[in-house]
Amino acid sequence: MSIRLLAPLLGALLLVAGVSGCGKQSSELVVYSARNEQLIKPIFDRYTAETGQKIRFVTDDAGPLIERLNAEGANSQADILMTVDAGELWHAADLGLLQSVQSDALSANIPESLRDPNNRWFGFSIRARTIVYSTERVKPEELSDYAALGGERWKGKLCLRTSKKVYNQSLVAMLIAEHGEPKAEEIVRGWVANLATEPFSNDTLLMQAIVAGQCDVGLVNTYYFGRLVREQPELPIKLFWADQAGQGVHVNISGAGVTAHAPRAAEAKKFFEWLSQPEAQTMFAGLNLEYPANPAVKADAIVLAWGDFKPSPMNVAQAGELQAAAVKLMDRVGYR
Amino acid sequence: MTADSIQSETRRGWRSPLSVVLGILLCLPALVPLVVIVHATISPEADVWAHLARYVLPEVTINTIKLLIGVGLLSSVVGTALAWLTSMCEFPGRRFFDWALLLPLAIPTYVLAFVAVGFLDYSGPLQTWLRELTGTSQWVPRIRSTGGVIVVLSLALYPYVYLLARTAFLTQGRRALEAAQTLGFGRAAATWKVALPMARPWIAAGVALVCMETLADFGAVSVFNYNTFTTAIYRAWFGMFSISAALELAGVLLVFVIAAFALERSSRAGARFTSARDMSRETTRLQLTPAMRWVAFISAGLVLALAFALPLLQLLIWSLKNASDIDSRYWGFIARSLMLAGSAVVVIVAASLLLAYLERRRSSASMKALVRLATLGYAVPGTVLAVGIVVPLVMLNNYLQGLLRTWFGAGAPVLLLQGTLLAVLIAYLARFLTVGFNPVESGLQRITRSIDEAAASLGVVGTQLIRKVHVPLLRTSLATAATLVFVDVMKEMPITLITRPPGWDTLAVRVWEMTSEGEWERAALPAVAIVLVGLIPAAMLTRRGAHVA
Repeated sequence: MSIRLLAPLLGALLLVAGVSGCGKQSSELVVYSARNEQLIKPIFDRYTAETGQKIRFVTDDAGPLIERLNAEGANSQADILMTVDAGELWHAADLGLLQSVQSDALSANIPESLRDPNNRWFGFSIRARTIVYSTERVKPEELSDYAALGGERWKGKLCLRTSKKVYNQSLVAMLIAEHGEPKAEEIVRGWVANLATEPFSNDTLLMQAIVAGQCDVGLVNTYYFGRLVREQPELPIKLFWADQAGQGVHVNISGAGVTAHAPRAAEAKKFFEWLSQPEAQTMFAGLNLEYPANPAVKADAIVLAWGDFKPSPMNVAQAGELQAAAVKLMDRVGYR
Repeated sequence: MTADSIQSETRRGWRSPLSVVLGILLCLPALVPLVVIVHATISPEADVWAHLARYVLPEVTINTIKLLIGVGLLSSVVGTALAWLTSMCEFPGRRFFDWALLLPLAIPTYVLAFVAVGFLDYSGPLQTWLRELTGTSQWVPRIRSTGGVIVVLSLALYPYVYLLARTAFLTQGRRALEAAQTLGFGRAAATWKVALPMARPWIAAGVALVCMETLADFGAVSVFNYNTFTTAIYRAWFGMFSISAALELAGVLLVFVIAAFALERSSRAGARFTSARDMSRETTRLQLTPAMRWVAFISAGLVLALAFALPLLQLLIWSLKNASDIDSRYWGFIARSLMLAGSAVVVIVAASLLLAYLERRRSSASMKALVRLATLGYAVPGTVLAVGIVVPLVMLNNYLQGLLRTWFGAGAPVLLLQGTLLAVLIAYLARFLTVGFNPVESGLQRITRSIDEAAASLGVVGTQLIRKVHVPLLRTSLATAATLVFVDVMKEMPITLITRPPGWDTLAVRVWEMTSEGEWERAALPAVAIVLVGLIPAAMLTRRGAHVA
């Protein structure tokens, strides 16, 4: 390609690329979402079909989305921030990026423990993190709570996912909230001492290691278990609801908040209210085999088959508040 | 004309302030994130930093150094040896391997890592099969270990060295080697003493790319749960919600990189690497002994199988399992991937060429330092760089929006620079400038001053000189740069994610959509598409290279 051709081509390219950034205020709701496309698009499509409200969304990891939102400030076109973890929403609210939403419908449909005490964000589905065990080598009577996995019985038998994953960070944060930092540190130290192998990069590999006999017990989010056994129902692993005699199963949420400078805050609130109602709840949770946040709504049949459990009543916001402490704790005890 | 006047003739055009301004503008996108990082490093967050220094830094520093040395050495040996074999020797399948050995470039590092761990870990098919057969798989080395990470990263990254070393061998001509042999050196000695040293800037440029990729890698080391500087950066940011601590860590990382670069540069300061200008490629290839021919064949085959064929097979199997994910939207993903990668190639290769010339012509130290700095972005973890470029862009956008409001009042149009293709391209320029620049800069070293002077004496100067003399001589290097940029952009995730306009989903974005919730097997389909589309430039490159080869 000759240089003489290159210059105008470049110029044209940049012009076209730049001009596309100029436009009018639109009526479309804009969502920044860390929940991936296949889990949200069907919901948005349904909402558009029912109400005529169009929704535009951008997916990315929560960290970059929050930084972008923060930098955009009052000029941001985003109305809603959606994440797959309470800690991220807590962090966004902490930075002042979310606004309080007062809604009777949301207060009625979403339990208090699953939303911000100041109503800046709401959980729309529940992600439970509990014990998974080998039915070949473990009797369920041997299992009890998260702390017990650090005991002698599980020496060299425990598999964990990496401490880099936010699900483990919020689990440890909740342990800190429940037991205080010294006791929580002792528990996690016990886990690390019991590890059968280096922590895994994801829950599925962890369950496959239990199946293969590398270890006997582990901690997973239930929907990973659901996905795996949906494909291979014969696998000799089962879920055990942790800490039913105590606090209950650790739960996190996938949720959303209305941004502080949302150009269409009223429309965003309407969407939230719609999302908290039974039909949308069934769909939102069902797409990923999660539990609906609205207690009046039943989970998917596959999920119901795992039985009822008592969730921890602690507010999920604490996971965010204590997350940095949890990460430091895990660094201290050498949980990679 | 005197020699001096020819010199000044050939330099004319590069002295103009316009070209300097242009050079600075091209470097700007890459410099801005570095400024953001350095700025954060000046005001450290004391308590987080104390924690990191005590519990995190010792481990990640050692791990990072181990990786750099291991991956740097292994990929340079594999890449250079294979390039030597395919470009200088004759062995069965040479013509096939010549281009096929580039293919692993199209497989994203994190994908190769995931396939390798899935296949070779305790619960993977290999060890399961061994246990069924022999009752134990204890003796199999652990894949999730330092050695495992090094091998996988090297298999994924060696093509950078291969491609650049191949360019060097193809352009250095054989006369020097023949001269060495007439001076009594044996063939092996001639290789060591002449051909390799002559190829050094290319090999160094390739290894530099590999090392920077290794430093910036997050996806692959995460699959191994191997702690490096990059994982520490993300942990400080996402885990402890401390972006300032994350940026400080990135600052320390940059010091690493600058030190390594300075070392490599100073060790070859003053050397010139022009070719013997013997482009006649029809001269004899080195004839290997029959045994060596098969050794060459098997080594090339093994690398290709491990780095490309087997992973691709696994991806295809997974893709077939999730074939129902294919829909008409895939044409859109492919088209957008192609468009972004294609535009990025045009922008980045043009910028690289310009900067390489500025550096060559204006030997001022400040211009050199500017270009050096601008090519550091490649070593910064993708998401950090993405945010480092988007946040300043957003600030610029806010400023312009403010101006519009004061001019037009409430009816002012809404500006959204950060969600435009322009933003995407600027961010790509920041990230991949090095990838384009390194091959072009190395290529320019082959062009002697005497070529310029001869051309000038015939009245060919300025841009004419570039167009009529240099570009043809640089053809292989430019094609190399274009290939690397194209394939890298195809695989790029964090920048594309944060800067893309709504709806601009590419194949790489598709991979993210699947992997973000751990659905790795469903990610195989877009990953395969990336590989297949990535084959296009590899094929084009070999056709181009054929002129020279």
